[in-house]
Amino acid sequence: MIQHIIRTSCIVLACSYALSGHVDAATRTIELPAETAQLKPSALAGYAIARAKCGICHSLDYILYQPPQMSQTQWTAEVQKMQRSYGAPLDADEIRLVGIYLATVYGAASSVSASDR
Amino acid sequence: MGARTDRGSGSANPGALPTRRRFLQGLGLLGSVGVPFGSIAATALETVDTSEGVTFAAGPRPLVRYPGKRPLIRVSTRPPHLETPFGVFNEGPITANDAFFVRYHLANIPLSIDTDTYRVAVKGLVKTPLSLSLQELKRLADPVEVVAVNQCSGNSRGFSSPRVFGSQLANGAMGNARWLGVPLHKVLEKAGVAPGAREVTFNGLDTPVLPTTPDFRKALQIEHALSPEPLLAWSMNGQDIPFLNGYPLKLVVPGYFGTYWVKHVTEIEVIDHTFEGHDAFFMTTGYRLPDNECNCVAPGTAPETTRPITTLAVRSFLTSVRNGDVLKAGVDVELKGIAFDGGAGIKSVEVSLDGGRSWRQAKLGRDLGRFSFQEWRLPVRFEHRGPAVLQVRATNRKGDVQPEQAVWNPGGYRRHVIESTHVTIS
Repeated sequence: MIQHIIRTSCIVLACSYALSGHVDAATRTIELPAETAQLKPSALAGYAIARAKCGICHSLDYILYQPPQMSQTQWTAEVQKMQRSYGAPLDADEIRLVGIYLATVYGAASSVSASDR
Repeated sequence: MGARTDRGSGSANPGALPTRRRFLQGLGLLGSVGVPFGSIAATALETVDTSEGVTFAAGPRPLVRYPGKRPLIRVSTRPPHLETPFGVFNEGPITANDAFFVRYHLANIPLSIDTDTYRVAVKGLVKTPLSLSLQELKRLADPVEVVAVNQCSGNSRGFSSPRVFGSQLANGAMGNARWLGVPLHKVLEKAGVAPGAREVTFNGLDTPVLPTTPDFRKALQIEHALSPEPLLAWSMNGQDIPFLNGYPLKLVVPGYFGTYWVKHVTEIEVIDHTFEGHDAFFMTTGYRLPDNECNCVAPGTAPETTRPITTLAVRSFLTSVRNGDVLKAGVDVELKGIAFDGGAGIKSVEVSLDGGRSWRQAKLGRDLGRFSFQEWRLPVRFEHRGPAVLQVRATNRKGDVQPEQAVWNPGGYRRHVIESTHVTIS
């Protein structure tokens, strides 16, 4: 019993010391793994736009781990959603071009209309 | 607030390991799980299959070690999104803190938190607005403990057919833990909820990168917020909540999908209307289900009306056997797994060894509460060699049972179809 009280007091003392003496005692900090994912290079105009814009809000692996074989219509709608729902700084032409690039490189390339390829 | 946020700049790099090293980490992961009693999986544990049957535009997803975590499956680097490798769920009904999935929506997440300066504001339609330190919050009422499943709304989205955009999760965006905290209603009562209150909104330290992006805020109906169930929790399985799971304070909403379990909670606001506006996006537009009985629509179509996702559907998994395993005929083996629902509690779990033609009752394990994973076991003996489909089906105390066919909705939310595990008996 006495031992228990002594031990408890020590813990309390140690705590108060930590709280009063060191500003950082109550601060917890983490470091996250670095970002390494890159988009697949392409001659399509949408590649440069995707590189410049998509990574503002999320790492590019978010794109890489989307389902395969999504069509140009689907990819374009998804990029549109990034603009409409999440406020991505993309104009209509950029949305179209990024949709073409993503569908060609990560989706069903055959869905991309001949004039866009 | 003393919180520094991540702007995605280069930091130390414990996660970007060469492929070989990741492979070895994967082995270590399975090694630490150990082979459970009665395990019948005869396949070698050469690799961790991080796809778990889901295909990707440019996979596979690596196993990466994050602070406070064992190697988990990376869903996205920024914001951090990690899935639990499914083998973890065979370790027992409680998910270890270092294996628990991680999901943020916005990339500016706190990287440094000072618990001395941390405050929780209780404001809005209250008689006495509060600014509580963690010490004050912890002393505000007797702490309460609950074992509860936190499952992502989009858990298993990768199995949607046809596929839908979003994080392509397999079945590992769920976990079950023992949460300790003060009941939310005690905090609201301390502030004094004024007449006319309709909802309570919650905000944490994570913020959007662009001002044009909505903040991540969630709302509960006032009746629910004042019920005994939601907690403001600081402890998970007897330890501080891991940083990436919402340290030092997380809203725990037993029976509700993880989207409501706001991390690093700093603002609680009582409002006299349905939450709306720019920062209500994750209530008004995101995380909504078709407003009908099945929460479903014809694949590829849009629902006419929607409502916010709320409670977990009844679900069950076989954890001791995986797709592709080779099992021995003519020997006694024990099948094992988990079941859960949104809080009615699990009444029964049945297992089929013949693709759903016949079912037998599994024995339920220790009851950890109606919001918890419920362990189940069933001793079986396979008589015939060849391919077999093992299925598991749970029924809750309300009589809800898992459907035979998966339903579809545009968000890929709330999947709870009867799971099938394809094996070979040799």
